[in-house]
Amino acid sequence: MPMNHYPESTLRDYLTGLVLAAALTIAPFWLVITHPLKSGATFALLAVCALVQLLVHLRFFLHLRISHMDRIWLGALLFAGVLILIMVGGSLWIMWDLNMRMV
Amino acid sequence: MTGIENLLLEHQQEELTNRELGFWLYLMTDAIIFALLFATYVVMFSNTAGGTEPAQLFDLSHVGWETTCLLLSSTSFGLAWLAVQADKRQTAVLWLVVTCLLGVSFLGLEIKEFVDLINQQATPQRSGYLSAFFTLVATHGLHVSIGLLGILVMIGQLIMEGRTAPVISRLFRLGLFWHFLDIIWIGIFSVVYLPVFIR
Repeated sequence: MPMNHYPESTLRDYLTGLVLAAALTIAPFWLVITHPLKSGATFALLAVCALVQLLVHLRFFLHLRISHMDRIWLGALLFAGVLILIMVGGSLWIMWDLNMRMV
Repeated sequence: MTGIENLLLEHQQEELTNRELGFWLYLMTDAIIFALLFATYVVMFSNTAGGTEPAQLFDLSHVGWETTCLLLSSTSFGLAWLAVQADKRQTAVLWLVVTCLLGVSFLGLEIKEFVDLINQQATPQRSGYLSAFFTLVATHGLHVSIGLLGILVMIGQLIMEGRTAPVISRLFRLGLFWHFLDIIWIGIFSVVYLPVFIR
């Protein structure tokens, strides 16, 4: 019986994911608690850590690999990504712009 | 195995694969809901209406513990999934119980935070900022509660029904949901909690 159509997952995957995610969580907390950098740089590093951690979770916890993924799963993920970029980016852009006009 | 049995199994497998795709599509729509709640939060950020500033409302070590609970629970769910794959039912149930306890601890911490905020008069109706904060974080908390209910049901099904194809498929979908909630939490601590402490 073809029971295993699920993405391949190993103990190594989960442990790698845990270690990387912990490092990418501790780094921004440390930056915010000890203030070693200017606020702009801290913001940028926070964003980078969050985005990399997102990819780490997708790869090591959800086991998504672009080369092994069903096209329709990947398509749905990318489509949601595009929608989020348009809606969130657009909302922030418009609200920011209106805010400038009010002052 | 006869031809008919084979056909039935194939049909069942196809049906489960479809449900898994359907659940994935649902998760994508959920991601869009959360993305828009994040956008609302950012837009509302300075609308505190003269109330307490965000930096005075939150406690970083509290957020640190919540993050730890959720990250460890994601890993323990993974270990439960591996145990099911390896045909070790009891180990799987054990890891699901661990996941459940970590999830309950997370929820307890979150409820304590909300109660503390409300006791400081920082209620959702106090300002646009607090409305956005409570909506975003509580929507995530609500998802975690539903996930916990799912984990309890799966513990029951693993014990009662064992490792059948539908049970494994449900556990797979619940795993997608649980790991997805941990991803949303990355956004919450990076967008909601940490930036207010940047000087």
